[in-house]
Amino acid sequence: MTRRSLLPEESILSDDFLRELMNVGEVDILIGVPTYNDANTVGTVVQAVRAGLLQYFPRQRAVVINADGGSKDATRDLVRAASISDLHHPSGMTALRTLHCISTQYSGGVESGKALHTILAAADLLRARSCAVVAPDSIHIEPVWMKGLLDPLHNSHVDLVTPLYRRHKFDGLLVRNLIYPLVRALYGKRVREPNPTEFAFSSRLAVQFLNQHPWTQDAGRDGTEISLILTALEQDWPIAQVFLGEKSRTEHAPTDLVRAMRQTVGTIFWSLEQNFSAWSSRSGSSPLPTSGPEADVDLEPIRVNRKRLWEMFARGVAELEPVLKSILSPATLAELQRAAAKEEEFHFSDELWVQTAYEFAASFHQEVISRDHIVQALVPLYRGKAYTFLTENRDASGEQLEAGIEALCQTFEQKKPTLLELWEGTK
Amino acid sequence: MWQKFINDLMLASQEIISEVAKFLPRLLVMLVLVLVGYVIAYLLKSVLRSILRLTKFDKLSEHAGATQLLNKAALPSSTELLTRLVFWVAWIGFLLAGASVLGIGGMQEHVGHFFGFLPRLFAALFVFFFGLLAASFFSRAALLAAVNADLPSSRLIGITVRTVIIVFSVAMGFEELGLAEHTVLVAFAIVFGALMLGLALAFGLGGRDLARKYLERRFLHGENEEREDELSPL
Repeated sequence: MTRRSLLPEESILSDDFLRELMNVGEVDILIGVPTYNDANTVGTVVQAVRAGLLQYFPRQRAVVINADGGSKDATRDLVRAASISDLHHPSGMTALRTLHCISTQYSGGVESGKALHTILAAADLLRARSCAVVAPDSIHIEPVWMKGLLDPLHNSHVDLVTPLYRRHKFDGLLVRNLIYPLVRALYGKRVREPNPTEFAFSSRLAVQFLNQHPWTQDAGRDGTEISLILTALEQDWPIAQVFLGEKSRTEHAPTDLVRAMRQTVGTIFWSLEQNFSAWSSRSGSSPLPTSGPEADVDLEPIRVNRKRLWEMFARGVAELEPVLKSILSPATLAELQRAAAKEEEFHFSDELWVQTAYEFAASFHQEVISRDHIVQALVPLYRGKAYTFLTENRDASGEQLEAGIEALCQTFEQKKPTLLELWEGTK
Repeated sequence: MWQKFINDLMLASQEIISEVAKFLPRLLVMLVLVLVGYVIAYLLKSVLRSILRLTKFDKLSEHAGATQLLNKAALPSSTELLTRLVFWVAWIGFLLAGASVLGIGGMQEHVGHFFGFLPRLFAALFVFFFGLLAASFFSRAALLAAVNADLPSSRLIGITVRTVIIVFSVAMGFEELGLAEHTVLVAFAIVFGALMLGLALAFGLGGRDLARKYLERRFLHGENEEREDELSPL
């Protein structure tokens, strides 16, 4: 594959940042840390990253790039202050090369797309062989995460490494109930975390994604992480999964479910438009090379207001009837309305949920109403599915939980022909 | 006496013949104009129909909620309606132009008025259609935002947004047409003011308890009841 480096005049990188990068020169490893007002946690994260690089990659030329969205706190100072000299490894090991930490602020407000764009452009300019992105608020990060993320790129000829975490059984409900099963059914690969906050990729994939992604379009600005994973899946890049450790339950809990839905489901629906030939020809799914346990769940009991979820679902179905009428088929809408009639008898079956998700995807393709409105209209229905998931798995063990998720994934895969029929308008 | 009668009759006949001779070419011109006008109007209709089909105007109209309105009134699709309108406007324009050739007194003035009115008619239709489109989009956006924010009476919020935008666009359309400008403006101001006052009273008096409960739930959540664990969707 030919490598096309960005020329300074077409780069999104600022002149000062370019100057700093040129002082660094070529590197082997680049670690990207996108931040925005993360002063409370970013110090711990950068220390863990540096310790990991020192311990596991002492001979590699490495750089930590912080792409900041305009923090008002000391985030950038904390990253800049990081220096290899103040680190002492218990084994007495010292780095053979200088570890550079550079912080830059991209313009135009906080956007995950701009942060990743900056990191990728820097990786391309420095000709980094491998790159990893680490979330600034991953308080449980350990130095070994660096080894876990980067080793498969160096030793196993894979181009993308996605994480696996130990999570609470009620954490990541949207991922478990929609994103993972949908991506798996569409692209035929079992990527457990298709919207990762920590991941690593090769320079080849970075350059490919950098050149192909529509960075300047609306669709290219949000959900860039999931977009990179979907690109790798669509083009059959070798992918591996690595178990990293615990992921705190409230880290990354977005206060806005609509935003989470836009970033993930909106991006998946949008990718279906671009990659029709890739996903339409695949059936079934295959596991990925995985290191560590694929599913490790925390079963600690927690307080969840299921009644409120139910109320928001039932009210959403009733109030959004005119909107849902233009998205769903009459039969599916009637079934949802029947299901939403009584809380005691309510059960959002896998079949109904899959049919609903596929009809939403087809309506997004046919643009029956504004696409953003279609994605927003899915939010109350997802709350209904989350209610059923919480009710069914209140006392479930890890194995029972996994069996339920696997059954949902199978339903998504079996009903995929329905999506194709809806997509082509034959149903 | 008889000779004078014959002469007058001959003179009158010659005048009639002369007038008819003068009128016939104009009639012919009018007929040609009407015929050519029909052909041009028909061509315009066909071209416009193709353009609207290519640009999926019916879909746009469906999004705007115009199709539903037309269906309720048992009218044809918006593409069909617009093409028919263009056909008739074009042909009537040619008919009037043809009639003005006949030299009928006052006709020129009417024709001038008609052609002067056309741009305003199209501007009013344009304002009304895009008003419907905006009303449909923003009412749906308000409804979705209200439902997802768990606000009470979400549909009422959507309907209110829709009504205000439609009333506003109708007022603008009428103003463009020059029809009862002041009446429409005053009516709009009264409706809008009454709506806002009604809402203020409804929220201030009728919804006092509801508003208090909502604000308490929103801001005093942690103080009044045990806080639930947050669930991360991602």
